[in-house]
Amino acid sequence: MRIRALNALLGGALFAALAVALSGQDLASLEKRVTVKVLDNGLTVVICERHEAPVFSFFTYVDVGADREYPGITGLAHMFEHMAFKGTDKIGTNNWPAEEAALAKVETTYAAYDRERRREFGRDVQRVGQLKKAWEDAIAEAQTYVVPHAFDEIVEGNGGVGLNAFTTSEQTAYFYSFPSNRYELWAYLESERFLHPVMREFYKERDVVFEERRMRTDSNPNGRLFEQFQGVAFVAHPYGRPVVGWPSDLQAFSATDAQQFFDKYYVASNMVVAIVGDVKAAEVLPIVEKYFGRLPKRLKPEPLATVEPPQRSEREVVLREQAQPLYIEGYHKPSALNMKTEPVFDALQDLLSNGRTSRLYRSLVRDKKIAAFAGGFNDFPGSKYPGLFVFFAVPTPGHTPEELRDAIRADVEKLKKEDITDDELNMIKTRAKADLLRTLDSNAGLAEQLATAQALFGDWRYFFQEANRIDQVTKAEIREAANQTFLDSNRVVGRIETAQAAHQMAGGKETR
Amino acid sequence: MMPRKSLIGLLVVAFCFSCLPSISKAQVTDWKQIHFPPLNAFNPQEPRRVELANGMVIFLQEDHELPLIRGTARIRGGSREEPPAKVGLVNIYGEVWRTGGTKTHSGDELDDFLEARAARVESSGGIDSTLISWDCLKDNFDEVFRVFVEFLQEPEFRDDKIPLAKNQLSTGIARRNDDPGAIAAREAQKLGYGADSPYARQPEYATVAGVTRDDLLNWHHTYVHPNNVILGVVGDFDSKAMEEKLRAAFESWPKGPSPAPLQALFPGPKPGTYFVQKDDVNQSNIRMVELGARRDNPDYYAISVFNEIFGGSFSSRLVEDVRTKKGLAYHVGGGVGTAFDHPGLFQISMGTKSGSTAAAIEALYEEIDGLKTKPPTEGELQRAKDSILNSFVFQFDSKGKVLQERMSYEFYGYPADFLKRYQAGIEKVALEDVQGVAQKYVHKDQLAVLVVGKAADFDKPLSTFGSVANIDIAIPPPPNAAKAATSTNSGRQGAHR
Repeated sequence: MRIRALNALLGGALFAALAVALSGQDLASLEKRVTVKVLDNGLTVVICERHEAPVFSFFTYVDVGADREYPGITGLAHMFEHMAFKGTDKIGTNNWPAEEAALAKVETTYAAYDRERRREFGRDVQRVGQLKKAWEDAIAEAQTYVVPHAFDEIVEGNGGVGLNAFTTSEQTAYFYSFPSNRYELWAYLESERFLHPVMREFYKERDVVFEERRMRTDSNPNGRLFEQFQGVAFVAHPYGRPVVGWPSDLQAFSATDAQQFFDKYYVASNMVVAIVGDVKAAEVLPIVEKYFGRLPKRLKPEPLATVEPPQRSEREVVLREQAQPLYIEGYHKPSALNMKTEPVFDALQDLLSNGRTSRLYRSLVRDKKIAAFAGGFNDFPGSKYPGLFVFFAVPTPGHTPEELRDAIRADVEKLKKEDITDDELNMIKTRAKADLLRTLDSNAGLAEQLATAQALFGDWRYFFQEANRIDQVTKAEIREAANQTFLDSNRVVGRIETAQAAHQMAGGKETR
Repeated sequence: MMPRKSLIGLLVVAFCFSCLPSISKAQVTDWKQIHFPPLNAFNPQEPRRVELANGMVIFLQEDHELPLIRGTARIRGGSREEPPAKVGLVNIYGEVWRTGGTKTHSGDELDDFLEARAARVESSGGIDSTLISWDCLKDNFDEVFRVFVEFLQEPEFRDDKIPLAKNQLSTGIARRNDDPGAIAAREAQKLGYGADSPYARQPEYATVAGVTRDDLLNWHHTYVHPNNVILGVVGDFDSKAMEEKLRAAFESWPKGPSPAPLQALFPGPKPGTYFVQKDDVNQSNIRMVELGARRDNPDYYAISVFNEIFGGSFSSRLVEDVRTKKGLAYHVGGGVGTAFDHPGLFQISMGTKSGSTAAAIEALYEEIDGLKTKPPTEGELQRAKDSILNSFVFQFDSKGKVLQERMSYEFYGYPADFLKRYQAGIEKVALEDVQGVAQKYVHKDQLAVLVVGKAADFDKPLSTFGSVANIDIAIPPPPNAAKAATSTNSGRQGAHR
């Protein structure tokens, strides 16, 4: 029920996000515990046995996010994600036939109201009021058939923890953890929500999502900057649009739109389900097949056609805010699916950002003392399509975004002119392997990794093999990538500059 | 080969427990038709406790899943014990302890040494303790552990890293009013405990500036003695061999004084409505606070159940009514907060658009009144207990978690089997206990109600709810730079020096 992408970057949590690798021996041990099966309807199941405690976690990866939206329905992928917690035609209703009819009426009344209120001229205000009333009455009627929080209650009452979901620019994910004796209940619930979703309480939930937008974007200076920054960086590709949606669209799209979006993209062949924990593949797989096998077999949606055209010149957004300054600069790069370039960018991220030996920490934080935090991060806002390598720095008091810019550029120039040292390269390679190990002791973390790798790269082993690919990276490749990527014309800059509020200028004592 | 769909029913019966009548060809139409066996008995492995003659307590938890060894030392004494004029000291200490290096190696040298081995040694300062930990591949254990011991016994707090740590902390001060959620969280804490309470006070430029290297050394010499240290080690080792290594490292470490624990007062908040003006937002952050309870309070179990019902889960009253039914919030929740050795805070927290601020406060009051007019039901009680008891296994589903719990109980002087008692305690909670929690801990007339937002856009003025006290969150400039700060307002953007 949340939106990832920019949070991770802002929280500095990206350190962990891509830090994965594994030695051949460990991969072999994992091979023995992993079972993969593509069901007849095209849904892929990945099961990893890990018998540490009588619990399991799952991660459902749906290969659709904000990437499949278009102007008018931005935010719809995320909106549907919220609806997937509203129950089904059996869970959350006291009379499905009556509720179904009532929900249909909500849609017809909404369509009439929405058309009239958005009429550009000749709008009849009184008529809008009447249509709105009819719509609200229909909602009130539909509400009488709702059994509140039924889905959440079943999951939580059965000991489910970490019940949540998120939507990004390219994926929608659902997850929680359960005691291991309840795997059949899980298989039923998780398949049922995608077999018989109900657009129940849709318009109230739309208000909830709008509050989410206010919290993450509108009322947060960093959120405001990132929304503008993405919009400038991508003029054609959907990576440029906010996952949460534009305010106008959040007040316009309908439950019918959400249902259509679901019908098109939530097809079995577009989904991967990973289960990790104290389960036996031989027992769980038939159950998964029994329940998830009910999802209809339909064609996987055609790939996205839009490709971001090459950037011709540098772009910049500057926000003047009643907040402290911030500096980001991004450079377009190939997608993570490019197995030749991705390990090089992963190595660059590690070199620039990982810990106190990283280049940006040492130069901006330790030596120049102009930043409290500085790093360079791969694959923003996503991995599936060509994205950005983003430098991000938080100035210490009294220092300006310009100083951060100059210092980052100096480090970038050094990368272009000089090879990194042998010690640095060895450190990157050693860390890639060790950091991967550290990701293996959590059912939930493993489930996310396996599902993501299987969905994006068609192979659950992707992250485990990335360490080996990083191990092959050369100094020359790093320098070459820097020279090809970090170009003026390929750059997008975002800055927050401080504009003092009137009452703060007056000495900070005035209150209203 | 996996069975074909039509054969699933037959084959699965053979795979599964005998009590799974639901597995058949027939479509399941109701989740209640799905039966499952009781959860397999699970006795989590307890760590081994070793107490050295000098008072140091060690827990050893073998975990052979991955070739890693990690350890954490928790040391008594934290920011609640720092002097009011030096708030921020423990934060700086926690940073410079590591970056300032040891007698024989600078922090930078150790950065290179550790990172080349993909190992970490990190330190930090907390409210009631400081932590220093390591995390390494087991093959590097001896050399990394040596570094860890150096830090524990011979830290140097080199001067050049102190301004760096102060810089970091000052950045936090300068930025603390940028995010309205952070403002609300901080000011609610100050309302609940008192602005000067050791549990709520904030570092300022002046208090940070006053911290010296002597303060850091002094802190270390006051608190870091074996009798104040609890060390937990988890990973791929043999306990016997590990115990020998730890004894060799720490047995000769001389005992030191044990500073008296903090005595703090908890008068509770002054009831009323409080307002923080924040004009660059379109959402109000609302908090309602009063004092909560300690975990050794016999009410703790009923409190846990109450929280689950009231505002601590997706199926709780606050989420259902305020978020789902009214659509007033994305973020809403609350409950009676508890802590091990001091009262937590009862707190309700939500964000709502500026234009529904008063409506949201009214909705929250309605929920509080509802605890009396619609007291918790048997159904709610059952669901809450089911939720806590069925998810209980997640309290100890990894060896690391079991170790952490055990270390906490040791630190706060709780019984080692506190978690087991918790389970038994929850099972016994009756409806009247939960209703008792509502009466005892939730008082509409004793709440401090805080709103952070843009008053001009509110649906009704906050004065609707009584007199409003404005909270000034302007950041006091550094003492020796007050003149510079005023003169730079028009020139240098965001300057706070």
